[in-house]
Amino acid sequence: MTPSQVPPAHLLEVKDLTVDFLSLGGAFRATNGVSFHVNAGETLVILGESGSGKSVSASAIMGLIDTPPGEICSGTITYRGKNLDDCGVEERRDLNGKKIAMIFQDPLSHLNPVYTIGWQMAEVFSAHGVATGAQARAKAIDILGRVGIAEPEKRIDQYPHQFSGGQRQRIMIGMAIALRPEILIADEPTTALDVSVQAQILDLLKKLQAEDGLAIIMITHDLEVAASMADRVIVMNSGRIVEEGPARAVFENPQHSYTKTLINALPHADATGGTGRRSTTDVGKPILEVKSLNKYYGISSGFFAKSNQLHAVKDLSFTIAKGETVGIVGESGSGKSTVARVLLRLNDVSSGEALFHGRDIFKMEPKELLAFRRKVQMVFQDPYSSMNPRMTIFDIVSEPWHIHKDILDKPRWRDRVIELLGLVGLNPEHADRYPHQFSGGQRQRIAIARALACDPELIVCDEAVSALDVSVQVQVIDLLAQLRDRLGLAYIFITHDLPIVRHFADRIIVMKNGAIVEHARTEEIFRNPQHAYTRQLMNATPRPKWEAAPVPLPA
Amino acid sequence: MAVFGFILRRSAQSLIAVIGLLVLVFFLSRLTGDPAYLYLPLDSSEAQRQAFSEANGFNDPVYVQFGRYLLGVANLDFGTALSRNRPAMEVALEAFPQTLKLAVIAMSLALVLAIVVGSLAAAKPDSLFDRIASTASLAGASAPDFWVAIVAILVFSVGLGLLPTSGTGTPLHWIMPIFVLTLRPFGLLVQVVRGTMISALASPYVKTARAKGVQRTQIIFRHALRNSLLPVITVAGDLAASLVNGAVVVESIFGWPGIGKLMIDAIVRRDFALIQATVLITAIAIFVLNILIDLLYARLDPRIRFQAK
Repeated sequence: MTPSQVPPAHLLEVKDLTVDFLSLGGAFRATNGVSFHVNAGETLVILGESGSGKSVSASAIMGLIDTPPGEICSGTITYRGKNLDDCGVEERRDLNGKKIAMIFQDPLSHLNPVYTIGWQMAEVFSAHGVATGAQARAKAIDILGRVGIAEPEKRIDQYPHQFSGGQRQRIMIGMAIALRPEILIADEPTTALDVSVQAQILDLLKKLQAEDGLAIIMITHDLEVAASMADRVIVMNSGRIVEEGPARAVFENPQHSYTKTLINALPHADATGGTGRRSTTDVGKPILEVKSLNKYYGISSGFFAKSNQLHAVKDLSFTIAKGETVGIVGESGSGKSTVARVLLRLNDVSSGEALFHGRDIFKMEPKELLAFRRKVQMVFQDPYSSMNPRMTIFDIVSEPWHIHKDILDKPRWRDRVIELLGLVGLNPEHADRYPHQFSGGQRQRIAIARALACDPELIVCDEAVSALDVSVQVQVIDLLAQLRDRLGLAYIFITHDLPIVRHFADRIIVMKNGAIVEHARTEEIFRNPQHAYTRQLMNATPRPKWEAAPVPLPA
Repeated sequence: MAVFGFILRRSAQSLIAVIGLLVLVFFLSRLTGDPAYLYLPLDSSEAQRQAFSEANGFNDPVYVQFGRYLLGVANLDFGTALSRNRPAMEVALEAFPQTLKLAVIAMSLALVLAIVVGSLAAAKPDSLFDRIASTASLAGASAPDFWVAIVAILVFSVGLGLLPTSGTGTPLHWIMPIFVLTLRPFGLLVQVVRGTMISALASPYVKTARAKGVQRTQIIFRHALRNSLLPVITVAGDLAASLVNGAVVVESIFGWPGIGKLMIDAIVRRDFALIQATVLITAIAIFVLNILIDLLYARLDPRIRFQAK
């Protein structure tokens, strides 16, 4: 740059970016004329649901789009006034990590499993010729301390799988800020984490921004996270920017209809006192009574070593009635999924009983168990891996009738499948398609149709909507609520998402380390949480940046 | 130490397998017929044959022979190789290093070449280099080794007169056996390396490395390769076992005095003691190889290492 040139208006500027992805069906336009900019010390949030093209823009900045199948059709990216297209391969590489850094959604798969974290952190220094060997190691230890990893000298020689999810994301952040870059791109950095861990990571990002004057581009689908981080917001839909502006204006006074739908979809909109989609009818007699359930997992640590036991579920008791929804809330490792697996006898129980219409599930003989399984169905978190990709939707939904032969005569299967698909809001012609031809939300509807095929009385939903976009979450919850009111179903709804259970569950069980810490009606628990842990969970939900106190600068 | 305990445990398991194998070989080999017909002249009398069998203990019931064999093994006496009139183990131990040298050279060559070629092919899928490498490796993996060996002899020895047809002695004698033995493992391993490298290069941690600004060669040969090695080692271990087992066909064609050729000779001559000795040696070699591969696994992947503890 010659001194006579005017300094660039923005630190980083993306102009009119259009990216196509080539596939067998032709080109798919991932982003269409996207423009945005970011400056030092500010946070730009790119908000959008899956498939909106929000990650593609970030990947383009880092030069991470593989061509083919990607093709950058038009657009320029300028960093400090320099067009990145004019940079050579080596110059571009050197920018990555040094000036512009990136962190990703799933820190476990984004860290190399076979190298120590110290090695991976030191690599940042060696790749840019800053430091090697002992010097790089010392710097890495410093950074580990800075991102809040305790005992960094000891932990630096450990491998990614020896850390928790939150610690891994701290390590990723540490690697990203190691060379004090000017821009940090964070692609869904807290999506895979528990709420309380999410809060810690967001605070860490804010702290680093305050210390280093980082420009942050944060990509997220989570409105609460967006509101808590953003100075400015861009809302993307189908590859286009539909709305942009200062965060508070966009959230409090959205202009575009898509933004309005998104913000209204937030289930905590009824926090003011409405009953959301809780059951409208009076609940009937208990159908399931769980008494003093205990589950131990043996962790064998070798042939002769004494085996350690993990007490995954401690003395759990609750009941559920016809037409009722019980929410089980807890963070990962709280034992909430173990409860589901034990109740369905997918795992053996250690002690306790569970009476389903007065009969103990854990003492059922194979024949009785088969009849029980027909009445109790499960909907899993991941609608991608819980369906056989080689079966059509018809085969998937009708499969229970192969197993329970008395439900339906074969000639009537087709009609019933179409009826069930109609019930969950899908069309008759969908019956002959395969799972990969559907979106995540549609697949979860198929999973619900499959569960309904058995005429169940109780459906266990294990994080059934957690993998879905907000607007889709609400649709699925609405569907579940309708079915409950029409068919008198009962749900055990396992989730880490408080707004969703508040919206949907009649009673809530809060679990921590395998035990119930609080169990009450939904309204009571939210109005007047008794246990400190419940309060902690509720406070972990991010608050909008314009309401929260500014993060104090360290002395 | 954990590693020591692991080796001890695996050795104990292997010992049971070796004993089972020996029992099987002992009884099966005795089904092949009476050695007296092979070792005595065709016109020898029935009495002479009886005397021969009596002298070598073949007239005793099989279980008595087996007991005698076990007793011998316990005293490290593995019997006498009838065909050579020398202790069987001595003969087998002479041949084994010849095979081992061949196997180690061929396998190292195949591994190194396959890793380089496979990685470079995976770095740019569908490039010209990738297509050539894929086609060549497929041909190498599919060509029957006896055919390649015979064609090689025809071309380089008979036709061009550059290389000796068979035997040992000069460095030139090594070229064709090694080439033929390397070809198939190389072909198979290139395919494995290429496949696992392509998926490794598409993995999230490679994306992270790119975002960190790591150099391309570092990404390929450090990040992706180390993660791709586990399946490669599994296949390579299998292939190495078949080489150690005596590349029977190739050793026979090139007249290589290795354990594979020795085993075939022993079977043809109904030399029971020698069959048992060669089987014992190769079995032990393969068990050692497997233990080494398991240790290598743990070395390469910390997740396996920490699970084992």
